[in-house]
Amino acid sequence: MTDITKRDVKHSTVAVIDYGMGNLHSVAKALEHVADEHTTVVVTSDPAVIDAADRVLLPGVGAIRDCIGEMYNTGLVPSIRKAMKEKPFLAICVGIQSLMSHSEENGGVDCLNHFAGNALFFGNNHKDYDGSKLKVPHMGWNQVKHTIKHPLWEGIPDNARFYFVHSFYVVPENKAEVAGTCDYGLEFCVALARDNVFAVQFHPEKSHKDGLQLYKNFIHWDGKP
Amino acid sequence: MGLAKRIIPCLDVDNGRVVKGVQFLDIRDAGDPVEVAKRYDEQGADEITFLDITASSDDRETTVHMVEAIASQVFIPLTVGGGIRTCEDIRRMLNAGADKVGINTAAVFNPEFVREAAQRFGSQCIVVAIDAKKVSAEGEADKWEIFTHGGRKPTGLDAVEWAKKMVDYGAGEILLTSMDRDGTKNGFDLGVTRAISEAVHVPVIASGGVGNLDHLVDGVIEGKADAVLAASIFHFGEYSIAQAKQRMTDAGIEMRL
Repeated sequence: MTDITKRDVKHSTVAVIDYGMGNLHSVAKALEHVADEHTTVVVTSDPAVIDAADRVLLPGVGAIRDCIGEMYNTGLVPSIRKAMKEKPFLAICVGIQSLMSHSEENGGVDCLNHFAGNALFFGNNHKDYDGSKLKVPHMGWNQVKHTIKHPLWEGIPDNARFYFVHSFYVVPENKAEVAGTCDYGLEFCVALARDNVFAVQFHPEKSHKDGLQLYKNFIHWDGKP
Repeated sequence: MGLAKRIIPCLDVDNGRVVKGVQFLDIRDAGDPVEVAKRYDEQGADEITFLDITASSDDRETTVHMVEAIASQVFIPLTVGGGIRTCEDIRRMLNAGADKVGINTAAVFNPEFVREAAQRFGSQCIVVAIDAKKVSAEGEADKWEIFTHGGRKPTGLDAVEWAKKMVDYGAGEILLTSMDRDGTKNGFDLGVTRAISEAVHVPVIASGGVGNLDHLVDGVIEGKADAVLAASIFHFGEYSIAQAKQRMTDAGIEMRL
């Protein structure tokens, strides 16, 4: 029998949702790297584990149609929606795009519609302000400007560089939900925040110390803006 | 304000060990890829590329474990090239924690493999490595050709056209090595770097020939490279990554410092 009095009251679980899009190793390892002894990181495709977790991280890799398709195929959408209603929730990379209403990738894909707005393509003829060619995908280290104060930005300098690799960017309808922006031929949204949900376009697990700091902040976040 | 150019140290690994020698003053075992990767990470490397030269495919499992160990401790992008011939090879490397894989010879012999890989794993993780050699004579219009087998075998493929084709097939990045310059320390072949960088919309990594820090600057400013890759100048302690970034910043190039 479990002795309830000896239970680690501070213990918490972070569930990294595995919906079959591969490579969650780096995300899990980065979370474990900053986790304290009270935190367990689990990579899971089990709705029950996601429902029971204290915090949920939604990664995203690859193209949006496969991404959304796999979320439905694995039956995880109800758990994802439930988690977004009630606990600290972080979406990364294609994860942020999956939370929009729609993406123009793959000829147009309806997404989870947590944030009103669309994911748009930079285009293969993307240009800088001076007319010079900009490469797509937007790949490498770019500066992230904080547009709001938020617990997940704690300890991260404004305009710190994070690692990006993407060809689509999100355009939310409600500008008050924008938490951070980046500049690449245009200023675009790279972080969204509403209540207990935070989402970023960059890869914190590949962004050295500032990325690890963001994960650390997430592990300690109570879900309040 | 904007996207930084990248510096990428490249390590040759054989059976899970760094070869060709890497020297750091304060590192006991410079053959340990985890230690070497950590040191470059601390110096500010923007990414790290591993070229797997393991001869036997049976030993490739060692490389997978090596990538796992590095990805658990180094939180910057990792690319693994060498011996990537099938989607299964790619899947194993990505699951181990690699962010991108480099496809070289397999792309030349079977271009459809690049298309298949990009569709399955996404263009963002497919780097096509191109080994080019100048074939035009003095006074002729510049022309570069794809070579395989370490620059020994010509393929008849025009390097610029090949790069464009690989991007059409789904390559998310091009790693361009000049076989004329590789190992010479005379600097990148800026002509082919610029020709390819201007011909494609994806990032181009310049490689082959770096002998000093000005060569890195030239690769970006004259060669229009999005990233520069070097091995020996960093391995033997001639320059640190931080020194390279400072020189590039002084030249007006945007870097992550």
